[in-house]
Amino acid sequence: MNAGIAAIKTEAETGLADTYAAARQELPGGPAVAAARAEAFNIFALGGLPHRRLEAWKYTDLRRLMKDAKPLAGAPDAAALGAARQAAQWLSELGARRIVVVNGTFVPALSDLADLDEGLTIRALAQGLVTDEPLLSADLGTLLPHNEPALALNTAFAGDGVVIEVAAGAEIKRPIHLLFVTAGETASAIFTRSVAVIGAGASVSLIESHEGPEGSDYQVNAALQVQLGDDARLDHVKIVREGGAALHVGTLLADIGARARFNAFSFIVGGSVVRNQMFVRLAGADTVAEISGVSLLAGRQHADTTLSIEHAAPGSQSRETFKAVVDEAARAVFQGKIAVRQQAQKTDARMMSRALLLSAEAEVFSKPELEIFADDVQCGHGATTGTLDDQLKFYLMARGIPAKEAEALLIQAFVGEVIDTITQESLRDALSAATLAWLGERG
Amino acid sequence: MAAVQETVEQVRRIDVEQYKYGFVTDIESEKAPKGLSEDIVRFISAKKNEPAWMLDWRLDAYRRWLTMREPEWARVSYPKIDYQDLYYYSAPKKKPELASLDEVDPEILKTYEKLGIPLREQELLAGVVRPEGERRIAVDAVFDSVSVATTFQKELQEAGVIFMPISEALREYPELVRKYLGSVVPTSDNYFATLNSAVFSDGSFVYVPPGVRCPMELSTYFRINERNTGQFERTLIIADKGAYVSYLEGCTAPQRDENQLHAAVVELVAMDDAEIKYSTVQNWYPGNAEGVGGIYNFVTKRGDCRGDNSKISWTQVETGSAITWKYPSCILRGDNSSGEFYSIAISNGHQQVDSGTKMIHLGKNTSSRIISKGIAAGVSQNTYRGQVTAHRKAAGARNFTACDSLLIGDMCGAHTVPYIEARNPTAVFEHEATTSKISEDVLFYCIQRGLSQEEAVGLVVNGFVKDVLQQLPMEFAVEAQKLISISLEGSVG
Repeated sequence: MNAGIAAIKTEAETGLADTYAAARQELPGGPAVAAARAEAFNIFALGGLPHRRLEAWKYTDLRRLMKDAKPLAGAPDAAALGAARQAAQWLSELGARRIVVVNGTFVPALSDLADLDEGLTIRALAQGLVTDEPLLSADLGTLLPHNEPALALNTAFAGDGVVIEVAAGAEIKRPIHLLFVTAGETASAIFTRSVAVIGAGASVSLIESHEGPEGSDYQVNAALQVQLGDDARLDHVKIVREGGAALHVGTLLADIGARARFNAFSFIVGGSVVRNQMFVRLAGADTVAEISGVSLLAGRQHADTTLSIEHAAPGSQSRETFKAVVDEAARAVFQGKIAVRQQAQKTDARMMSRALLLSAEAEVFSKPELEIFADDVQCGHGATTGTLDDQLKFYLMARGIPAKEAEALLIQAFVGEVIDTITQESLRDALSAATLAWLGERG
Repeated sequence: MAAVQETVEQVRRIDVEQYKYGFVTDIESEKAPKGLSEDIVRFISAKKNEPAWMLDWRLDAYRRWLTMREPEWARVSYPKIDYQDLYYYSAPKKKPELASLDEVDPEILKTYEKLGIPLREQELLAGVVRPEGERRIAVDAVFDSVSVATTFQKELQEAGVIFMPISEALREYPELVRKYLGSVVPTSDNYFATLNSAVFSDGSFVYVPPGVRCPMELSTYFRINERNTGQFERTLIIADKGAYVSYLEGCTAPQRDENQLHAAVVELVAMDDAEIKYSTVQNWYPGNAEGVGGIYNFVTKRGDCRGDNSKISWTQVETGSAITWKYPSCILRGDNSSGEFYSIAISNGHQQVDSGTKMIHLGKNTSSRIISKGIAAGVSQNTYRGQVTAHRKAAGARNFTACDSLLIGDMCGAHTVPYIEARNPTAVFEHEATTSKISEDVLFYCIQRGLSQEEAVGLVVNGFVKDVLQQLPMEFAVEAQKLISISLEGSVG
């Protein structure tokens, strides 16, 4: 409402402006890319960092949560590369093709680029930017506000990332694991932009994981832009396991073709402030989308999952299930919107968000939203918040299970329901193990 | 498909001119000059012979209003309101010293008769013996800016209940009004509430003393008659310890091509063990088939469950108004207090409805329940917007919310925007919402058993809103059912 009022610039805002002024010449890209960056930065400069008066950022006030702007990360040094080699051991059983991005720079030397499946190409975003490919454009119709501040910042600063192209009809058997690692002594700001273009009838599985050092208050702004062709299939899993003091702002933009199948799952367990926003547009008819997620939060963590799903064509089906477990003084935010356009008759959409509060200081904010312009639809959403059921706990304890274990069992069952929807078994096991580890750390 | 198509056609054909309360009463009126300024505020205050503190209160609100901006977050769109192009005070010209109802302008009485509201205590006056236990309703009739008649005052007085126009209460019970006025909706609350605080002209005041169960239903009937007039009424209801009161509110206005502003404020205060039931049937003129004219209904309603074990229940049937912006809320301050919100919002033609509730859980073991039924037809937009909050200390808070929307035709929109905020782990909140059209199977089933198309749709819609209709006092339930029929004429029998 008051977005138009010029507010006093915060330290982070002036910092970002200084960084941009200093770095604009150095950022990769031809004249068209430079123009896109300038425009995007302008959009950011007008509105500043998102704050609670912006409806979409109501519960995640970046003006308050982002204290300063870190300097842009440079090319990774030997130490950083060394750290990256040790990264994500817990995901090593996936048998996935690892593509490694260290401090925002795609590192082919650490990536598994041998024997690429037929129809699959993987390259650095920076290369494409230099030749002025339109890789930074994100036209997602009415779904994504043109002045979305987090994406605007990403467009302005993103220097590198991964571009994955899958040719029409290609079936990529081996999952691709995009491993984003932050390493180094000094805290920096990392902006990455990745693009996945999946041709008609193709299928691929994409795992995206983010991690970094404990104790460093680095800042990550990562965007992934997906274009899924007609009859194609994408399984996408995003894992946020940033260091305990990190700020992570992630944006997923997905444009889904007709009769395509889109599965997305997000697992948030690390980071101090996390904003994971997804804008999904079911552009073609008869698509099926299943979008779900789990957040495990403790300490003073703040994790915001914001999902906007637009049914733009008839006959599509979408299912959204999100669960949050909130301990200590952590705060979970869920904002989910199902929008059904007038032409999207026969839409079938269901959204569910559930939160479990485990301590007196834990907080949950949820805002499920329906915006419906077509009459022949079945849409619904549900939201619950509460704590562990005493009766269930009693039942377990009566059978000789100690209180802590009983709680752990119930929590495991609570999030297990969603984790079980992941098709890849090794990944499912890894996330279940991570859940157990999280429960183990719970005092 | 054919069945629905037919329904859609019928709804489209609805002649909005059928608004049966669209007549104008021809009476002389006395108006303040057009526009809004400190002088107008002073004028209104002087007209009402208000105490000095009241004038200061109004001026304070007016000055604050000047610094505020009109809210834009609701899903409604309308041309900018020119607040200087309105009359802020209009009263039927009265003969000096109105001693009894008999001296009320017969034209006004006729108006209320047309509306079907018995203002005269005729039977009572004539000594007709009523059957034991029959319910009677005391009515306060508000015509433009002033209250013209309040019935059954004597009988209520015997019970200790104060029920009178708020302007009168300000003169007769200034301390009581001063204590509670603005304590639930402060003057700085929001743009429209602040405007109302500055210029409100009349409304009802109810005080039910401790332990008293109000002997009859209380009712206020609001009527906007004059052209270009804004109606700003203010209602204040206080149920003291252990008291109970049920209050009904009805609204109509003539058909006019211009939009008229209605910005009311309603404050409810329930002390320990008290209960207030507030029901509204809102049927302001919704504008014609092209969306020209109609009332802008920007209303702030809030109840404060101040005492332990208190209860406030809102029931609303919203069928009129070009734009509705209304969120009857409950502040559940007392331990074990409970709040309820039952709503039917029907939009047709070009109507825009953005309505819902706020349940703010502050006390321990507080509970709230929200049942909202939205029906959108024509090219209307129907939004439910609600908030449920549990604060840190609200241990054991409980909420259940169900909001269902029904879409009739493919040009309308139904939206649901709930905010659920839990700051206490023992708070248990459940929310569910659905949007759909009338099921073909259900219609087929009804028709197959010999019901006509219209009857079948009527049955389904009535079933859809049943949960809420049941909450209305009997007299209103009948009226509401009729209203729903008129509002959806063509699709309901």
